Amino acid sequence: MAEQHLSGYRRPDGRVGIRNHVVILPVDDLSNAVCEAVARTVPGTLALPHAYGRLQYGADLELTFRTLAGTGANPNVAAVVVIGIEPNWTQRIVEGIAPSGKPVEGFSIERFGDLKTLEKAARVAQLMLQDASEQRREPLAREEVIISIKCGESDTTTGLASCPTVAQVVDRHVQAGGTVIFGETSELTGGEHLIAQRCIDEAVRSRFQAMYDGYIREIEASGANLLGSQPTQGNIRGGLSTIEEKALGNIAKTGTVPVVDALEPAQAPTRRGLNFMDSSSAAAEFITLMGAAGAVLHLFPTGQGNIVGHPIVPVIKITANPLTAQTMAEHIDLDVSGLLRREYGLREAGDRLMALIDRTINGRLTCAEALGHREFVLTKLYRSA
Amino acid sequence: MSQADSQALEERRGASAAPGFLIHNEGDHVAVAVQDVQPGRHLAVYMDSEREITISVLEAIPLGHKVALSDLDEGQAVIEYGLPIGLARRPIQAGQHVHTHNIRSARWQNSI
Repeated sequence: MAEQHLSGYRRPDGRVGIRNHVVILPVDDLSNAVCEAVARTVPGTLALPHAYGRLQYGADLELTFRTLAGTGANPNVAAVVVIGIEPNWTQRIVEGIAPSGKPVEGFSIERFGDLKTLEKAARVAQLMLQDASEQRREPLAREEVIISIKCGESDTTTGLASCPTVAQVVDRHVQAGGTVIFGETSELTGGEHLIAQRCIDEAVRSRFQAMYDGYIREIEASGANLLGSQPTQGNIRGGLSTIEEKALGNIAKTGTVPVVDALEPAQAPTRRGLNFMDSSSAAAEFITLMGAAGAVLHLFPTGQGNIVGHPIVPVIKITANPLTAQTMAEHIDLDVSGLLRREYGLREAGDRLMALIDRTINGRLTCAEALGHREFVLTKLYRSA
Repeated sequence: MSQADSQALEERRGASAAPGFLIHNEGDHVAVAVQDVQPGRHLAVYMDSEREITISVLEAIPLGHKVALSDLDEGQAVIEYGLPIGLARRPIQAGQHVHTHNIRSARWQNSI
């Protein structure tokens, strides 16, 4: 049932967005310059420069394609101009976005150069922007909004308060019929059995376990010393002593609902409920994968003060660390440090987060949006050919 | 918990002094400082049972850092959230600061 006070953009594929961006999407690093030129020529459109897209192969290439096409198809995006160095891979991304039903057009640079491409692409981008400006927000139900969750620069206040606040929302959103995605595969270490126990059936459990085991094998096979890297220097400064302690705080934000599916990186969920995605715990990579999977809003508990944002997915920061709330106020959307002072309980903290989510759905900019944080980072599985 | 109970709890919370430490679960070996704490006696509250205790702290504990609630032997599993978070590198006395200098991961030998 649509709640009167919530509104968003209903896309041709039926999915619901809470922002209305016209995106200029480079297929590869070489095309960043002209994409940014188009966005300068047609202010109001948004270029998404990134570092990869050349000489990738196999699963790594497929993940890049899936991430780029998924980002274009994300319901927070109204229309997309795709620009690549050559026509074939450009067309693959266009075809990946097309099933969403939104306007999408591709341009390639070879045989034209940057300047002719700029003119052609800018003319299309201009019309897309004008058309997008006419789209009206429509009533939506909160549970239609796909939410992703990940914490960062965690400390012990994360596990005590900001993650349990997010858990309140996860349980309520899923019980209302909504979808939430979490991940951070290697950061479940020490609590991975808790997630395995919550998998809805044996098929999901074995898929989750295979993803977890595979990620850990990969880290161990590197032979690298993770000393000071996991937990991070920020985690340690904030009082976290081991990966197990970090993981238990991390898992505290996933609530109590069952895990209905284990997704490949950047794979869109098909089951309502709490979905696990095999993913890096690095903030910008993670949110980029979530946006590609169709998440339109991200909840980000932080302890020491991770400042990450994303170009098309609004990121709400929640902290319970009073020092962070005070010294980094411009990055913190919700301060729940009152939980540590026991001024209010988790239920009320959950209510406060819900209220902020509703305002964000309705268009209020998050701190990261207002400060121009547009981290867009592709996950690379291995080096290019 | 009923709405009335919940409200009563919220009021009680507002009325009592802010604790120095919170403890996740009954049976945990560590409490987490929720403000910068000096050596001495401090209020600690269990989050699962709401039980309040007074603990003696031997060292300054910065916000977010942990203090031992009981003596721990070298090699003993350290419990927080009701689950092991690592192993004691050396004997730890109740009231001492618990961090990377005296506990380590049991899972990742090349981590902390």
